Amino acid sequence: MAAVPMRLPKVRKAVGPSVPRGGEKHLVVPGDTITADTGYMRGHGTYVADEKLIASVAGAVERVNKLLCVTPLRSRYNGEVGDIVVGRITEVQQKRWKVETNSRLDSVLLLSSMNLPGGELRRRSAEDELAMRDYLQEGDLISAEVQSVFSDGAASLHTRSLKYGKLGQGVLVQVSPSLVKRQKTHFHDLPCGASVILGNNGYIWIYPTPEQKDEEAGGFTTNLEPVPLSDREVISRLRNCIVALVTQKLMLFDTSILYCYEASLPHQIKDILKPEVMEEIVLETRQKLLNLEG
Amino acid sequence: MASVVLSEAEKLYIVHGVQEDLRVDGRGCEDYRCAEVETDVVSNTSGSARVKLGHTDILVGVKAEMGTPKLEKPDEGYLEFFVDCSANATPEFEGRGGEELGTEIANTLYRIFSSEGSVDLKSLCINPREHCWVLYVDVLLLECGGNLFDAISIAVKAALFNTRIPKVHVLEDEEGSKEIELSDDPYDCIRLSVEDVPCIVTLSKIGYRHVVDATLQEEACSLASLLISVTSKGALTCMKKIGKGSLDPESIFEMMETGKRVGKSLHTSLQKILDEEESLGTTRQKVGFLG
Repeated sequence: MAAVPMRLPKVRKAVGPSVPRGGEKHLVVPGDTITADTGYMRGHGTYVADEKLIASVAGAVERVNKLLCVTPLRSRYNGEVGDIVVGRITEVQQKRWKVETNSRLDSVLLLSSMNLPGGELRRRSAEDELAMRDYLQEGDLISAEVQSVFSDGAASLHTRSLKYGKLGQGVLVQVSPSLVKRQKTHFHDLPCGASVILGNNGYIWIYPTPEQKDEEAGGFTTNLEPVPLSDREVISRLRNCIVALVTQKLMLFDTSILYCYEASLPHQIKDILKPEVMEEIVLETRQKLLNLEG
Repeated sequence: MASVVLSEAEKLYIVHGVQEDLRVDGRGCEDYRCAEVETDVVSNTSGSARVKLGHTDILVGVKAEMGTPKLEKPDEGYLEFFVDCSANATPEFEGRGGEELGTEIANTLYRIFSSEGSVDLKSLCINPREHCWVLYVDVLLLECGGNLFDAISIAVKAALFNTRIPKVHVLEDEEGSKEIELSDDPYDCIRLSVEDVPCIVTLSKIGYRHVVDATLQEEACSLASLLISVTSKGALTCMKKIGKGSLDPESIFEMMETGKRVGKSLHTSLQKILDEEESLGTTRQKVGFLG
């Protein structure tokens, strides 16, 4: 009979020494003076008051020649062209869908930016508009790429490739967008037996690796067969590892997730979320990553 | 109740997982998430407790005030519950959005504590028909992460364990009028016995099986849930069904048995933690909200 795990709260302490790579980072909080020198241009996250440049968000100061800006440590996702995002459909409107992507405004997926099943290239007709709900409904998850950003900051998405489209069975983990490292590819087939999509907006999708690539389907037919238990264990373990990395504020990319997975193998899946086990695993992961670099 | 929207495929994944006794975070159907319990967090109350169960965060404060006993129970004190679903938890609770849920939870708490013997109400009486202690139990929902009822009942039990009611002496005047005198020593107080205080166990039916301590995603997949209140000895005091779906009698019986089993281990763990915290005494490092 499983005992209910209960504990007394402990004061959280940082795991391991903070390693400044490339010099100390200049961290500021809102209201801190960055510089009193008037020769600098102010960028995002700053404002001028009394001839001094003051930070308006909590984050690290970045300097590019004469431009000073503060990138916040945690903020909503700001769409950039070319980013991969995982989003959830919130509304079905005329000729477009509204997608929630953890940003200030819902992103937009136009009907014309969506691949029709079968990969046909034709003008979208009225029947297509009426059949929108058959393709994507409220609550569905999609992977897409940011095509452009409107002037108000809302991103316009497109799924004009067979690797994007509706997502099937799997697990979604929501993290802060600043913890997802920018890489060449965000679709990873991990050797442990599952695949992962690291959305730039902080939505991580873990799913069982599909056996064969259905080229004709283009991501619209969802596989509704039960996922085998061995795959489920891998997916649950990956999910807990990602949560552990995020709690200790480590950057998420395929190598860090893989190292964390390997470090967690001696423990049971549900034990990974215990604070002491989490610290141990993340410490080991951090060590391995440092060895990889140095 | 705060809810998340899930796609059909995600729901299917969760249902199949529960069927195979492996939930999304690796737990079995009868496993609870790791809970953090701390008492005496609010200084201006007679007793308080904070419980964090996964993403669910509950704060309970108990204030003991002097009042007149109820007419039908002249030699007993009583408890008053108030549940505040703050907008901190989810934006749905803004304004009057959380009122419905708050009254539902408060009514459930009233029902559970109305059974004889859960709290020794006679010890709360000072003068029969004239004075008694009234315990105002205020529950504050800070974060909604699924399984509210269980977390609230654990927090209420911990807060009642932590409650210190000052000792009073009744002095009789020559004319017969009674005066109430509070003792000078601030540590001279009576404690409540929480041995028979029940805890709620919520069992959510997902597919053909039931799970304990459902997360928000799992609650979105379950159509019916059974709320049972269990004492530390494993006795079932109260039962309530919530949700739109239906439950057949066999599954209700199975859920009751699971609930009793899980409830007993819940009580043992909670009592162990409360005793451990008490034994630390003044050396305990208070974490509070800035830890």
